[in-house]
Amino acid sequence: MHEMALTESIVEIACEEARKQSASRVTRVRLAVGQLSTAEPDALTFCFAAVVAGTLAEGAALEIERTPGAGWCLDCGKTVALSERFGACPDCGKYRVQMTAGDELKIRELEIV
Amino acid sequence: MCTVCGCGEATLVHDHSHTHDHDHHRHGETLDYGGGLAGVHAPGLSQERIVKIERDILSKNDAYAARNRRVLARSGIFALNFVSSPGSGKTSLLVRTIKDLAGRVAISVIEGDQQTSNDAERIRATGAPALQINTGKGCHLDAHMVGHALETLKPADNSVLFIENVGNLVCPAAFDLGEAHKVVVLSVTEGEDKPLKYPDMFAAADVMLLNKSDLLPHLDFDVAACMWNALRVNPRLQIFTVSARSGEGLPEFYAWIESGAARQ
Repeated sequence: MHEMALTESIVEIACEEARKQSASRVTRVRLAVGQLSTAEPDALTFCFAAVVAGTLAEGAALEIERTPGAGWCLDCGKTVALSERFGACPDCGKYRVQMTAGDELKIRELEIV
Repeated sequence: MCTVCGCGEATLVHDHSHTHDHDHHRHGETLDYGGGLAGVHAPGLSQERIVKIERDILSKNDAYAARNRRVLARSGIFALNFVSSPGSGKTSLLVRTIKDLAGRVAISVIEGDQQTSNDAERIRATGAPALQINTGKGCHLDAHMVGHALETLKPADNSVLFIENVGNLVCPAAFDLGEAHKVVVLSVTEGEDKPLKYPDMFAAADVMLLNKSDLLPHLDFDVAACMWNALRVNPRLQIFTVSARSGEGLPEFYAWIESGAARQ
């Protein structure tokens, strides 16, 4: 359940940014969570509601955008879609694919008041 | 900027709509200036606004990790972060390694567990300095905890630091502690397909120790299949098959530690 620690980090960064912007509340947090990342969106959502309590982000909406996975296939010499970290190339079927996208864990933007 | 009246809040995008008393600001369904706490729209007065921050969720941890890495580099300390499921034999491996390398390499240990200081006591019994971190309900060590542990433990210059993470094959993968390498320990009493079931950890590690090899004659464990699975997840993974009990395979691992420590 490291999503709890990740969520604490999200809320901490959001509140810090809100204070920096002299805002009184965070009303929305938009994340980008890669399909190949180490976090589970449902667990983040579950933890978020608990972690925001008593902070500037209390009651804020959490939006999670799933970014798709991609990798560079060494055999095909091109970027291919990757649905799992150790997945095979959808074209040649070999496993010589280096992940290039889809493991991001980012706070994209905040909506503040 | 709003081209209708010149107010500075025209970048607002909301997916909700509601009524307010000045309709000229309802550009379709997406722009709304009256949704702030005050419920009014006054040019120049801040209402809800969107701030693009594009920050990594782990940026705080990573900043602490970078700090730890600088502290370690300054003192020439070679740090390894040992990760595995509970019961793979991490502590036994560390105890054996400390004993076998006594007189050759100075080693200190940071132990991470949810509860008890049993592991740190096992390490201290070898004569090596050890500090126990109890994470309480926490499922992993983070770089902030390790930073404080370094301040307390004060590992000697040009020594080797072992960080034994909380036994958990999932969460510690995401948290950089500032170590030189993650070393994942897998024992032959577990399944050959663990690297496929828990790929993040095997992808994050640089070295895998396949431990308890002395038990292989009694098991159906397929070493080649296990290595194939691990390399499928991480083609760069360096694998040592070892036994903390018999000592088999450990000299190769020790040589790897010593060469890494010499380069630090």
